[in-house]
Amino acid sequence: MKGPIPEIPAPIWRNFKDLQEWELLHKTRPVDDKHSVLFESVTEGIHSFPGGFVVTTAADAFLNWARKSSVWPVTFGLACCAIEMMATFCSRFDVERLGMVPWASPRHSDLMIVSGTVTIKMAPMLLRIYDQMPDPKWAVSMGSCANSGGPFRHGYHVVKGVDRVIPVDVYVPGCPPPPESLLNGLLLLQEQIKHFKRTGQRAAPNEKVD
Amino acid sequence: MLDQSTVARVELDWAGPERITMNMGPQHPSSHGVFRAIVTLEGETVVAVDAVIGYLHRCHEKLAETLTYAQYPSIASKTDYVAAMTSEFAYVMAAEEIGKVEVPKRAQYLRVICAELQRVASHLLWLGTWCMDMGGALGGGATIFLYCIREREDILDLFESLVGARLLYGFYQVGGVRYDIPDGWAAQCRATIDRIDQRIGEYEQMLEQNPFFLARAKGVGVVSRELAQDVGIAGPLLRGSGIPWDLRRTAPYSSYEDFDFRIPVETDGDCFARYRVRMVEFREAIKIVRQALDKLPAGPISSRPALKSVAQIRIQKGESYARVEGPRGEVGCYLIADGSAKPYRMKWRGASFSNLSILPHIIPGHKVADVVAIMGSVDPVFGEVDR
Amino acid sequence: MSPDDARSAIGARFSGAEVRTGTPLVVTVAPGHWAELAGFAKETLGCCFFSFLTAVDWKEQGLEVVAKVDNLDDGLAVMMKTRLGPGVSTCASLTPIYRGANWMERECWDMFGIRFEGHPDLRRILLEDTWEGHPLLKSYAVDTPHPPYR
Repeated sequence: MKGPIPEIPAPIWRNFKDLQEWELLHKTRPVDDKHSVLFESVTEGIHSFPGGFVVTTAADAFLNWARKSSVWPVTFGLACCAIEMMATFCSRFDVERLGMVPWASPRHSDLMIVSGTVTIKMAPMLLRIYDQMPDPKWAVSMGSCANSGGPFRHGYHVVKGVDRVIPVDVYVPGCPPPPESLLNGLLLLQEQIKHFKRTGQRAAPNEKVD
Repeated sequence: MLDQSTVARVELDWAGPERITMNMGPQHPSSHGVFRAIVTLEGETVVAVDAVIGYLHRCHEKLAETLTYAQYPSIASKTDYVAAMTSEFAYVMAAEEIGKVEVPKRAQYLRVICAELQRVASHLLWLGTWCMDMGGALGGGATIFLYCIREREDILDLFESLVGARLLYGFYQVGGVRYDIPDGWAAQCRATIDRIDQRIGEYEQMLEQNPFFLARAKGVGVVSRELAQDVGIAGPLLRGSGIPWDLRRTAPYSSYEDFDFRIPVETDGDCFARYRVRMVEFREAIKIVRQALDKLPAGPISSRPALKSVAQIRIQKGESYARVEGPRGEVGCYLIADGSAKPYRMKWRGASFSNLSILPHIIPGHKVADVVAIMGSVDPVFGEVDR
Repeated sequence: MSPDDARSAIGARFSGAEVRTGTPLVVTVAPGHWAELAGFAKETLGCCFFSFLTAVDWKEQGLEVVAKVDNLDDGLAVMMKTRLGPGVSTCASLTPIYRGANWMERECWDMFGIRFEGHPDLRRILLEDTWEGHPLLKSYAVDTPHPPYR
């Protein structure tokens, strides 16, 4: 009495030939789509006026303040770190005071907190959810499994770190990181967002500790 | 208002034999982790469920063959990560059974205290997430969720002062436990569990006076006695279907026979019965902790005190199956030792793996909205399912 | 049914079975009698609770399938084992007898490559359908790489 299993097409893989290619994707933002081109031309126009830099700097500061004060994470709990992530979202270690409302739909969220081990079976789903998030988006790798594969690194079914699948902005170490660590990571992310530029280089991620 | 016959005709005409397949994907607010249910629907009624698991398969069984008996317990906690000490308990007991390692009485009582506190913490998380699934994350469901997490944080504080970690510990080791309780811990523990005892009463009252909760839980997801045994589910699911089977009573381990507690059994087999079983288990677990704290004997906490995480212990050839009554049921560890410091084969009998395999049998016939309620009452933890 | 009665019943029915007393009662039979033993355990010994089913890879000696069933009313635990023999990787399925064996046998197929005859839906459960290899065999290294991951 089972229905047919639906054929869901596999996601388009970005096959990185080497580490330099991956690092390049991580560091830059797309610069040739029509919105970026329009943005660049408007910025050029403003800069042609005397004092135009003040306008763009103030606008950048204002927009980045707005972005960092209302980062909505998509609830992407995979494993044990998800329980600590839930504890961070709750009353004692409230993230809502930082403006973060955990939201189930990736289409309406800015941040993906990858909490838990990424397995080979789950990685395409993770990439699909990440792709569904609109720009600008950030990713926090929570826990040592997401940082580098963690205690399961030598397993055959474990991806050695979620940064082999998506670009990561903040690494939060721990197994699992207590909510204080995750809050530290989210505040670091807010610092990074303060310096966010719509085109060009992203801020480098913080140092990865396994 | 339409009369009943018109309503029935409208429903039948609409649903008919046309079926759609809906995917409750691995990322889902109510899927308790990474679980994919491919649900075949006729209108609103579920006709078949294909459960796809394996999104969290972390190679525990293969990794255990490469890790020593001292290294593995902290990895073992990551199977049932909500009640992490349960899995450690099963592994360590299996190794002790083969190696005929004695466990001192104080260590046994400490193990019991921690296991029962884990049970309370796990059931708190279960209650919170189940009510949140049924009530909605932004609506009334979050009320119970936030209350329960608040109580759970108090218990995790106790664990933090005992072991140093909140969620995943390396507390159990072959031969006993690793840490002793610090000063003032017993008093803090008693104060915490008294508070939780009183607050659970409030939550029970709040829930059982709520008609929506009763409508969503009563009569939903009925598991018959025969199906329960055939599939091999255990824990509150089995006791909610009328079978009085609790390993702490029928096959006592680690001094459980010294404590006086009762086993709740309900006969209805629906989500409400399982809820009642777990609510009584709260009280009983608190009772056991109180008794264990009162009767805690002095003595060593481990018969192999030098075994920290880097020492090696060799277990002679043999095999054993050690089982523990975890919050979700029978967590078992089938261990085959071959005389070296690492096991030859280790199999986890995960409680949630067997419990989850009942979903394709009980969900068909219910509405889509009941899928979430049933999954919540089955209470799976995917570390145990996928290992 | 007490363990001694169970032991004598098994000995009477299965002539080639080895029974080791203790908790649980360990019964080893030849692969040909596997399904028969399971049916006997359910009907005669009253073991209606299916605990688990797994396999062990004994390298040169072949694979061994282990299953445990319980009689909840009497507290009798029976662990059934069968050695498939070197090179053999098929076994009778217990799914028609115990419904809980369904997922457990799928896991054994996934991890060990044991084909269960009579299983209604034998496909991989924990790994992807396109995975090659059976990880829990001793010949499979724990850190076997899987492209496109390094």
